[in-house]
Amino acid sequence: MRVSEDRPSASSFEDLAMPLFDQLYNFARWLTQDTAEAEDLVQETYAKALRGFGSFQQGTNFRAWMYRILRNSFLSSRAGLKIVVPLDEEENENILPAENATPESILIGDANREMVQQALGELPVHFREILLLCEVEEMSYQEISATLGIPAGTVMSRLSRARKALRSLLQQKLKGGRHGV
Amino acid sequence: MACEQWRGKLDLYADGELAPAEESVLRAHLNSCAACAVDVLDRVQLKRSVHAAGKRYEPSAEFRARIANTIAKTTATKAPSANVWGWRIIFVPAVIMLIFALALNFYLGRERAARQRVYSELADLHVATLASATPADVISSDKHTVKPWFQGKIPFTFNLPEMPGSAFTLIGGRVTYLEQTPGAHLIYLVRKHEISVFIFPERALQMPSLAAGPVNALSFNTESWTQNGLRYFVVGDASADDIHALSKLMRDAG
Repeated sequence: MRVSEDRPSASSFEDLAMPLFDQLYNFARWLTQDTAEAEDLVQETYAKALRGFGSFQQGTNFRAWMYRILRNSFLSSRAGLKIVVPLDEEENENILPAENATPESILIGDANREMVQQALGELPVHFREILLLCEVEEMSYQEISATLGIPAGTVMSRLSRARKALRSLLQQKLKGGRHGV
Repeated sequence: MACEQWRGKLDLYADGELAPAEESVLRAHLNSCAACAVDVLDRVQLKRSVHAAGKRYEPSAEFRARIANTIAKTTATKAPSANVWGWRIIFVPAVIMLIFALALNFYLGRERAARQRVYSELADLHVATLASATPADVISSDKHTVKPWFQGKIPFTFNLPEMPGSAFTLIGGRVTYLEQTPGAHLIYLVRKHEISVFIFPERALQMPSLAAGPVNALSFNTESWTQNGLRYFVVGDASADDIHALSKLMRDAG
């Protein structure tokens, strides 16, 4: 399911922004890994968005605009400043060929919810956020590109790497769990 | 070879990012290739797992209410944007000043018109009286004759100055009307110039603007003042100095 483009011209800031509240908080909580910091981040995002709403370009994607504000606020926060997004590995790189379907990879279907959540939390932030935007927020590559401020080609390659990293983490956890049993 | 061709696009297919034409070709391939179909299934399973696991955190009701309140308060107080306020700061006083200017102009215009009308009427009375064969109903240079003559004819009384040694001579008087108000019309002579002195009750005229200084009405010199509830008008073709001198005598007597 893809969310259609917003139509901000006919609505007030409140009408547009409040329906995004739950998902923005969820995203903020995943980024910060802390409840209080997530609340501060969401509050700061709404305050900045409200101040800048007059300059918001009508007809463009309001959701991507809000996520971009939240992400930029996070990156400029104390926790966000520690985040290093490796750019060199992604630029001008073709989409990585996915690994062949192996018996191990099929077992990912066996990973339970907690295990996936744990693995997501262990991923580097730049992998975690792109997976959340694509899988949870169901953003198109174009929306992700606008939100993260990266080219569409980088969206594809980063997504591929993020999935590979997640898959690898899940396989380790599945093996470990199996060995533990 | 077909599998190698598609391998790099299985993510795009699972993400719904393939062009429709390419997607239908790949779908046909998946129907005939078990290995690629299993691979796609694995990717879709991973997407579903992340989708479910990713929806993990919910904001508290208290936090939601706090943000909603903040937005509602902020939008309520800053509803008019800075531009709108700037526009109002300029426009509202401008409109107020314009209305005030128009009102003042209208008021002053009405005042001017009222004064002009009264003085024109007095000039008419002055000219018509002098042109009449009997300009005065009571003819006397003695104020003790003229003043009592008005008793019972007008609803007020007034004093007249003694004129010995002055250039002015009282000719007589008559009852006249201004704005439907009865008043006294006295006629004086100074060096062959006849001057009319009109006296009306001030309250009946209800034209405060008439207190304004000398007015040149139809080339006549005039002077007007209020004294003891009476409105005096001195109108004549004599010089302004003579008009003023007679006005002073009348004031001193009043």
